[in-house]
Amino acid sequence: MFKKYLVYPHLFWMLVFVLVPILLVLVYSFETTGLNGEAIFTLENYQKLVDANYLNIFIRSVYLAVISSIICLALGYPISVILANREKRTGKSGLVWIFILPMWMNMLLRTYSWLTILEKNGILNNLLELLNLPQVNILYTSGAVVLGMVYNFLPFMILPIYSVLIKIDNSIIEAAEDLGANSFTVFSKVTLPLSIPGVVSGVTMVFLPAVTTFIISKLLGGGHYMLIGNLIENQFLVADNWNFGSAISILMMVLILLSMAITNVFEKDTSTEKKGGKK
Amino acid sequence: MSKKSKGAVKSFIESTYLFIIFLFLYLPVVVLMVYSFNASKSRGSWGGFSLKWYGELFSDSALLSAFYYTVIIAIISSLVACVIGTAASFGINAFRKKSVRAMINTVTNIPVVSPDIVTGVALMILFVAVKIPRGFTTMLLSHITFNIPYVILSVMPKIGQLDKNIYEAALDLGAKPFFAFRKVIIPQILPGIINGLLLSFTMSIDDFIISFFTTGNGVSNLSIYVYSMAKRGLNPKINALSTIMFIVVICLLFIVNKRTSKDKSKNVLFS
Repeated sequence: MFKKYLVYPHLFWMLVFVLVPILLVLVYSFETTGLNGEAIFTLENYQKLVDANYLNIFIRSVYLAVISSIICLALGYPISVILANREKRTGKSGLVWIFILPMWMNMLLRTYSWLTILEKNGILNNLLELLNLPQVNILYTSGAVVLGMVYNFLPFMILPIYSVLIKIDNSIIEAAEDLGANSFTVFSKVTLPLSIPGVVSGVTMVFLPAVTTFIISKLLGGGHYMLIGNLIENQFLVADNWNFGSAISILMMVLILLSMAITNVFEKDTSTEKKGGKK
Repeated sequence: MSKKSKGAVKSFIESTYLFIIFLFLYLPVVVLMVYSFNASKSRGSWGGFSLKWYGELFSDSALLSAFYYTVIIAIISSLVACVIGTAASFGINAFRKKSVRAMINTVTNIPVVSPDIVTGVALMILFVAVKIPRGFTTMLLSHITFNIPYVILSVMPKIGQLDKNIYEAALDLGAKPFFAFRKVIIPQILPGIINGLLLSFTMSIDDFIISFFTTGNGVSNLSIYVYSMAKRGLNPKINALSTIMFIVVICLLFIVNKRTSKDKSKNVLFS
């Protein structure tokens, strides 16, 4: 039943459709097309990455993704705490699903739906007019892009933090209370430190899709806000410079691997904790 | 303030906060659904309640073809991924060396952690390099690629929990290996397989970026259809279709949730 050869189709598939393509991207990133259409080895694609124009795009992508991660954390952490506490108190699970469910509607459509809400004569402005309040026009600004990111990725923050909080043994908290800690001390000395792994994976799960998105910036930023994702798409489908597009993709992979490595350090901490704490 | 009323205030503030976030998350979904019943075609104005978009849905050939490709690719890709992924989960468990297993797991995780756009362009480069014309086949191959890891992630924990004694007991009682496998092993890991199947099905249905780069020849799925229409303004027909699909997906998820809460591993979807 446990035969090694059973894994071969999977490994073959990963080799052909994952490893080879990534290798091709790597090869492309070191090439340029010569006068006769031949491929020449070059480093210029990578040199181009530090060009001020592109550097600005990278900085903007990281900046918007960081802002979105912070907002998601600020909004999501309290939700996770409230949901976890309620579930522990009542023993009923399922409330968290309400906050995950919207993810199963097509992401493009949900993002597009914000246009209807935010546009000049949209729902929000009609509502504000009704209340005699000043209009807001945040569509096609970086504010709208951040809003779209927070909206789309907030569930990615809530879920991991919630999963960690729900596993915290209540007796630890009770022990802290018995020893005279007030609710603030319990939170800062017990709950918060124990929830850090969840926070770390939540932040990565928001940051990664946010820094690589190209739909949100395209729909809500109206094309004024070019991010790394848009730049890659642009190089492949518009500018037709696959070599430079590949170099940006490699840069992106390196960024992702770096943040994964950071996350792994934290995850290792929790896995040893789990082993030690299991009764 | 007494402790009790303090608790009530706290509970009220918590509920209010949950409700505000709930509104934030559901507002676009509700807007989308409400506009599927809008008699007027334009996004900005309300022309009264109407079901006409639900009727016209079935005569829009471009939309129907996008829907057809979305569903057919989701079905085939999740089934193929399920077979390859489940087999692989058994295979991985056959390796005793930790380093080999870690290496296989790393390879398995690459499609999960790499950004969709990188996976998309990498596959596009592959298909161009080997000169396969992009279309249905290439999109299907790509979907299988990103679905396999999710199946493995769902099935592996179940195989870890397998009680091998029952299988051996079945063999001792005279069952042929295949019969014992079918009657003993499969039922034990079935929840994991079904989870993987449903998870990859929803991943496939919802995918935009990878499909966008790997398709061609006029083959598009719903996300690509939405994207290409977004500039001209969306047709309420797509709202109608999404409303139907969302309700179907909620029902599907309800079933998954029921299953997984039974076997206490409901976060297999996300961990």
